[in-house]
Amino acid sequence: MSSEFMQPLIRVESVSKYYRHRRILSSGHIVHALNGVSLSIAPRSTLALVGESGSGKSTLALCLACLERPSSGKIWFGGRDIATLAENQMRAVRPQIQLIFQDPASSLNPRFTAFEIVTEPLVLQRRWKGRQTREQGFALLERVGLSAEMASRRVGEFSGGQKQRLAIARALSLEPKILILDEALSALDCSAQARITNLLLELQSSFALTYLFITHDLAMAAHIADEIAVMNRGRIVERGDPQKLLDSPEHEATRRLVAATPQSIITSRMLGA
Amino acid sequence: MRFMLRRVAHAAFLIFGASILTFLFASLAPGDYFDEMRLNTQIAPETISALRARYQLDRPLPLRYLRWIDSVIQGDLGYSFSYNSPVRPLLWVRARNTFFLTLVATLLSWGLALPIGVRSAEYLGRFPDSLISWTMAALLVIPELSLALGLLLFAARSGWFPTGEMVSVDFSSLSLVHKLQDLVLHMTLPVLALVLTALPLLVRHVRAAIADVLDAPFMLAARGHGIPRHRLLYRYALPAAANPLISLFGFSIGALLSGSLLVEVVMGWPGLGPLLVEAILSRDLYLVIGGVLLSTLFLVIGNLIADLLLYWTDPRIHADLVAK
Amino acid sequence: MGAGNFEPVLEVRNLHVAYLSRASVPSSVIVDVSFDVRSGEILGVLGESGSGKTTLAASLLRLLPSNGKIQHGSITFRGQDVLQAEPRELESLRGRRIALINQEPSVALHPTMRVSDQVDEVLAAHDHLSRKARREKLQQVLAALFPTETDRISSSYPHQLSGGQRQRVLIAQAIACGPPLLIADEPTASLDPATQREILSVFENVRRRFGVAIIFITHNPSLLAGLADRVLVLYAGRIAEFGPAENVLFHSLHPYTRVLLGCLPPSFGATAASRKTKLPVISGDAPNLDLLSLGCRFEPRCEDRFEYCRTREPVAVSPANEHVVSCFKFGR
Repeated sequence: MSSEFMQPLIRVESVSKYYRHRRILSSGHIVHALNGVSLSIAPRSTLALVGESGSGKSTLALCLACLERPSSGKIWFGGRDIATLAENQMRAVRPQIQLIFQDPASSLNPRFTAFEIVTEPLVLQRRWKGRQTREQGFALLERVGLSAEMASRRVGEFSGGQKQRLAIARALSLEPKILILDEALSALDCSAQARITNLLLELQSSFALTYLFITHDLAMAAHIADEIAVMNRGRIVERGDPQKLLDSPEHEATRRLVAATPQSIITSRMLGA
Repeated sequence: MRFMLRRVAHAAFLIFGASILTFLFASLAPGDYFDEMRLNTQIAPETISALRARYQLDRPLPLRYLRWIDSVIQGDLGYSFSYNSPVRPLLWVRARNTFFLTLVATLLSWGLALPIGVRSAEYLGRFPDSLISWTMAALLVIPELSLALGLLLFAARSGWFPTGEMVSVDFSSLSLVHKLQDLVLHMTLPVLALVLTALPLLVRHVRAAIADVLDAPFMLAARGHGIPRHRLLYRYALPAAANPLISLFGFSIGALLSGSLLVEVVMGWPGLGPLLVEAILSRDLYLVIGGVLLSTLFLVIGNLIADLLLYWTDPRIHADLVAK
Repeated sequence: MGAGNFEPVLEVRNLHVAYLSRASVPSSVIVDVSFDVRSGEILGVLGESGSGKTTLAASLLRLLPSNGKIQHGSITFRGQDVLQAEPRELESLRGRRIALINQEPSVALHPTMRVSDQVDEVLAAHDHLSRKARREKLQQVLAALFPTETDRISSSYPHQLSGGQRQRVLIAQAIACGPPLLIADEPTASLDPATQREILSVFENVRRRFGVAIIFITHNPSLLAGLADRVLVLYAGRIAEFGPAENVLFHSLHPYTRVLLGCLPPSFGATAASRKTKLPVISGDAPNLDLLSLGCRFEPRCEDRFEYCRTREPVAVSPANEHVVSCFKFGR
């Protein structure tokens, strides 16, 4: 799937984000969460963003989802720079870029039922009327593999994997163009991770979705992505085809990540055995 | 440093605002001190107006306020008509008495509330907790007035405790030990009234704060390390639950001068309470304002202390990250 | 690598643990679990969420929540019966003889106590040493885990430390009193791979240097390769498989173990053709432990099931030396 000839769906141009760490007696020092990040994602593709903790991955995700404003730089989406939009204009853009967080327990209200979770955005956005909302809600739940009888159960009763499916269903209700998954699989067991990964692959083709898959699990990234970008200290240091990146990493940070991945030992031996 | 300065400036602003409001309300209340005199037909109206003019009660409000502020800054809080003395020494003596009473009561309340609350939280839902909760609920229901009157009645009937005043008439002639004894005897019932009224609220808060913390993962981890029960409660749980309690403690300090009014008036403790009541009833302007302002000062200082304590005891507040 | 002598430090026999629901209906979480831990070995416990692994860890120190009950079985630590121990004995057991690391490092440390104080508390609770001796020991332990920056870390508060550093503090607390057994429940769950590697090597060092036996509980099989001496696979509160790590991980017998290991994404050495293909998954949902069942708990999701798997529960058999599996495929 060559992406060079397609117009990118979203393009980040030299985005930076600073935080000032204030101390009481000193003037404080500045933390550069993002330092001139540029990247682009082709439509219907998956870009995996990998890096150590603190490399700025989550900050970038928040900026892309319009939940944080970059200190400088541009983000091109749908022909506009969404980094500098006014609040009311941003409201129109946000449904198109959805974010799935790592911990579904804290991003979903445990007292809500699954049905309420999935239809809340629809109700708030007033896209559908009454009965259509209900139908849409059930359809979405089914699409992510949650049966209709689960719709009336409270979120608190769900397993980790089920909660993430719910979060995905909720995100899908707004018909987004791009889904940002910020370590969305990290808190799950291996088998749940595999199932959600399969679900994501399925959804990508049927809903024509674009994914930004943020993770520190290089093996999963290599499996699911068309392209991998490596972040280190707020910058993109390497980017390219997953296999090439893993076989011959160029940048120091990439090498460290490859060396740290424990998966290699088991899978290589399993494939051998 | 910036944090402290901001807080202090905020406090100063509050006190200033309070002074304006107090002055305004006190002055706007219909009539003044000399109205009582008007009823007395023997005193000529001219004398009254002359007196008024002398005390400048006929000047417009803003002017009076400015003069008053000016003198306050110089340390002169005005003059009391009914007691015929400058306000400051009057307030000082009474405030000192109130202080005495409430300080002891506050320390005692907290000293009791902490272990009771901790025990309640430890046995949450079980018999000791239910017993404590019901007792506290019962205390909460009894109005302060009834409690004070009840204790007063008890003192009068049994004769074990004096029924008013801070010290006996022959106080100055007693030996030191007897002086102390005398003071304690006089103080017991008012302190008891204050403690019993304050206890339910404090215990409830301590219980809630500790119960919240007992379920925290770090408590379970500490238990897993074999930390003994007593230490778990007082060295681990209490400090972690301290934040809301410190704020509450700040309020306790703030109420040192203002919370005991009812008890003082009913039980005859010569403190700020009875003084203020008298002053309000007789429209003794400067006394009223001085008293209210002093109480406000304490309230604000109490809050300030709570903020500072919170800042010093919780290391997490030191680090704050603000996005540019 | 390799265990010390084969003398068992912990012996668990026929353990049954259940939780009581509000209606006092017991729901079995651990069923008939028997295993032993040898002195100085690292035992890996492999279990997904819902397998009962955390309950197992808590049971070993009798730290179950109020609605948890150990119904049956025995837990013996170096000859001492844990289940019959008096409260005071239990308190001295915990931390001093068996240490438990069982929570997210970010919440397992007291928020307003310095690191040195927190480790010191553990020492003070058990060893009745003089102040001076205790301070020396504290210094030793902290230096073992934080070879550089010892002083800075020891006077820091938890919120000033990174995830990996906090985990080291937990390990310091655990080994402070020199316990022969350490139980670590998902110690690397919230850490990124580089830090995970670090912490794994910390555990190895600790075992090598202090001869501590470690029960390492995780849901990620790749962490156990190269670390654990023996591996125990837990499914629905029962032992599916138990044996030397080499055998269990690379020559797995139980259908569950095989399919679990197959879920891992292939990458290194995989061809581009397998990219973006569906991963093999375990069909069906996790077992509902509230429902009673007569047969093998894995049967509904098992590819190799027989007729009688539904009606009879498999017992543990030992097809190879030291390798135990509970599956009808290997014997009745």
